[in-house]
Amino acid sequence: MPEGTGSATGIGASVKRKEDFRFLTGRGTYTDDINRPGQTYAYILRSPHASADIVKIDSAKAAKAPGVVAILTGADYDKGGLPCGWQIHSKDGSPMIEPPHFPLCKDKVRHVGDQVALIIAETYAQARDAAELIDVSYKETKPIVSLADADKPGAAQVWPEAKNNTCFDWHIGDKAAVDAAFAKAAHVTKIDIVNQRLIPNAMEPRAAIGDFDRATGEFTLYTTSQNPHVIRLLMGAFVLQIPESKLRVVAPDVGGGFGSKIFHYAEEALVTWAAGKVERPVKWTSDRSEAFLTDAHGRDQINHAELAMDKDGKFLALRVNTKANMGAYLSTFAPCVPTYLSATLLAGVYSTPAIYAEVKAIFTNTAVVDAYRGAGRPETTYLLERLVEKAARETGIDRVEIRRKNFIPVDAFPYQTPVALQYDSGDYFSTLDMALKTADWAGIDKRKADSKAKGKLRGIGISTYLEACGIAPSAVVGSLGARAGLYETGQIRVHPTGSVTVFTGTHSHGQGHETTFAQLVSDGLGIPIENVEVSHGDTNKIPFGMGTYGSRSLAVGGSAIVKAMDKIITKSKRIAAHLMEASVADVEFKNGVFTVVGTDKSVPFGTVALTAYVPHNYPITELEPGLEETAFYDPLNFTFPGGCHICEVEVDPDTGTVEVLKFTAVDDIGRVINPMIAEGQIHGGVAQGIGQALLEAAAYDEESGQLLTGSYMDYTMPRADNIPNITVGNHVTLCTHNPLGAKGVGEVGAIGSPPAVINAVLDALLPLGVKDITMPASPHRVWQAIQTAKKAAE
Amino acid sequence: MPTVTMTVNGKAVTGEVEGRTLLVHFLRDKLHLTGTHVGCDTAQCGACTVHLNGKAIKSCNMLALQAEGAEITTIEGLAQNGTLHPMQEAFRDNHGLQCGFCTPGMVMAAVSLVKGKSNLSDDEIRHGLDGNICRCTGYHNIVKAVKAGAQAMGGK
Ligand code: FES
Ligand code: FES
Repeated sequence: MPEGTGSATGIGASVKRKEDFRFLTGRGTYTDDINRPGQTYAYILRSPHASADIVKIDSAKAAKAPGVVAILTGADYDKGGLPCGWQIHSKDGSPMIEPPHFPLCKDKVRHVGDQVALIIAETYAQARDAAELIDVSYKETKPIVSLADADKPGAAQVWPEAKNNTCFDWHIGDKAAVDAAFAKAAHVTKIDIVNQRLIPNAMEPRAAIGDFDRATGEFTLYTTSQNPHVIRLLMGAFVLQIPESKLRVVAPDVGGGFGSKIFHYAEEALVTWAAGKVERPVKWTSDRSEAFLTDAHGRDQINHAELAMDKDGKFLALRVNTKANMGAYLSTFAPCVPTYLSATLLAGVYSTPAIYAEVKAIFTNTAVVDAYRGAGRPETTYLLERLVEKAARETGIDRVEIRRKNFIPVDAFPYQTPVALQYDSGDYFSTLDMALKTADWAGIDKRKADSKAKGKLRGIGISTYLEACGIAPSAVVGSLGARAGLYETGQIRVHPTGSVTVFTGTHSHGQGHETTFAQLVSDGLGIPIENVEVSHGDTNKIPFGMGTYGSRSLAVGGSAIVKAMDKIITKSKRIAAHLMEASVADVEFKNGVFTVVGTDKSVPFGTVALTAYVPHNYPITELEPGLEETAFYDPLNFTFPGGCHICEVEVDPDTGTVEVLKFTAVDDIGRVINPMIAEGQIHGGVAQGIGQALLEAAAYDEESGQLLTGSYMDYTMPRADNIPNITVGNHVTLCTHNPLGAKGVGEVGAIGSPPAVINAVLDALLPLGVKDITMPASPHRVWQAIQTAKKAAE
Repeated sequence: MPTVTMTVNGKAVTGEVEGRTLLVHFLRDKLHLTGTHVGCDTAQCGACTVHLNGKAIKSCNMLALQAEGAEITTIEGLAQNGTLHPMQEAFRDNHGLQCGFCTPGMVMAAVSLVKGKSNLSDDEIRHGLDGNICRCTGYHNIVKAVKAGAQAMGGK
């Protein structure tokens, strides 16, 4: 793939998005906007208890309520459980504990919001009214809610088969080498941190419509998914036993995902199963309260880390101990988040020679926890960047210098880390220098003095981070426990009159693929961008696909499109050679025109397309007619974006309020196709990172297991006045192993930002003697930390 | 069932509704104006914002029957004859939307916010959009878009 042609709509141009017109005029079609003829509505009766035996469900009265079509409970459910897509093995070689996860609870509920009964009626209101008439008798049992306590002896057990609520006890790295390095360390810095539980909160709540065709026996599921083919595979093969040929999954316009719409959810299986039972379409739409209770939550790790250094502040070894909350069941990708997405990142941007990490995954009576924007990598970055900051303070080495001193040198790539990954490219010095300059790091003392004059405390914080994304080489992830391949497909269909449809197995739910991928193909085939349509989200249209997450769409999905485009060009050259009566070797393709080198003979791409479908003058004995190619692209490695985030805050010591004044993000995301879209991705990620650092936290009552943050009144979402303008910079090193040189941009913002914010808050509070703060650094917490420090100083 | 009559996007409409039907559900389910979205159940997110007699309101926070006789404009009624409203245009030009789910509410809120004010500061815009949540954009480009939209509207 060349650099691009420099066209105004090609690679590198900030083309305005093709999808915007429909979204701006209210014509987007999200799942809840779809209605099928004869549709019924489902309401799900959910558990009010965190842990209880279901003694009896009496739905006789409800069954007679107006409009009720069917009431189904766990006793009626005769299909499979929701599968987990990743298997981890414990230190002792035993496989993780995988408890059953039925879409309707059979005899026990295990978290508030667990599915107890499915009520289907003519209208949503009728289904909801009828649900109130169902009488469920529960025998409550003591729940276990606290992650810190769940593996202690005597804790209530979520699953009898998971002793001490432990799903697995895993490790990575060379323990002996780490122990040896610690033994000769000049200084050791230790830290305990909490990566608090978050609730992803895509603005579109989940929804699903199951449809059954009595004539063909075919099922269709419309769902709010980031990966319709994965849902088809999991639900078809493992849950409902419907062959792929009889199951279509459509993920239409989807209103944000951030990971939470990757997973196969109970409601998807329930509406599909129920549609077959009642032989009518069944629609379920989550309200926000249900979303809080039942969407997969994110993060929720507690970590202890120790860093060994020599007398000059060079990192010798890193030791980490993590407890990760899985919730009450195993969600689709949950086990890989604290392990292969978290612990393998522990080298970060540093050349730490020895690393050892232990990770215990724990069940609790709470909603499931799975990947949320960044998935494991924000947790590790937060751990590392808090630890490095603390090490700088303890050793008296400047916090920028200690980072620079330990960066992986620019000439060390490809760089093999001690925790499995091999980084292909990067230049952490340049992103650091650019960020320091853009943020005017050098001028902070003056700005601190200005704030002080107003009675405020100013602080600046830094984070230098790395992520592994572009998920992922199938053989590698297979050896690590993935139960699927992670390649991507691209299909290019050139129509007879020269317009093109691009089919991608990735899914756009805000990322702008309809524009970015059209830019790629318009540039590559030399045709106007208006002639390129990008299609995604329908298993009946797209050959196959793994979807969008792990910042993979461009690096993996885009590469598949490039491969398909290469095949189109190869075939087109043969057609063009025939038309120009030249040898294929002499045909060149540039800017949409085939020429014979050294002559004035030329054929435009449109003529070749038409000839492929009207093969009157055609090499018919050697070449099939038509112009359509499919490519499956399996990446050779992960991609490794990295960079530097700097945050500047002002704290009001009287109220504890933190205001983010400036945020600078300088990232290396590899080749950029559409800078406008890439910047937008970083803005959004940073806002979510600021949300984690200062505002957001999911809280359960530790005794009852009730979710205390179950609405926007209690769960603090970042709003326009919480987020500053964000300055984005870019220093590119190309990915060396995919044809685009692209690394990925979807998650960097959320990965790099939380420690930059917290380090800034701690910098502001340093004069008061505050040494630690837990996320989110809410006014209450900051104020308390200030009071505690004041008391200690007295 | 009682009936309700109102003007929606310039057209008179009458429909039967239950007493408990919210305006947003009347618009979405009865009139098939699905551009107005539902993002929460506590009147916090603003995805359902429409104009009622020229002013932005949250249509999930009022009963359909309460809108009797009102003039309602939804996102579908903003563009005229296939030409985007300057605020819609500004959102596109400034990449003020990603997944598009908050967008109709955001645009309707913005149009109402900037009415009569063509020069709003970033702070005024950020405070003015406090009732609308966007999870995708980080607001940076929304603020830019609203600023540009306000200027293009020229105080109208
Ligand atoms: S749906 Fe109306 S404010 Fe959220
Ligand atoms: S664009 Fe997705 S929520 Fe605003």
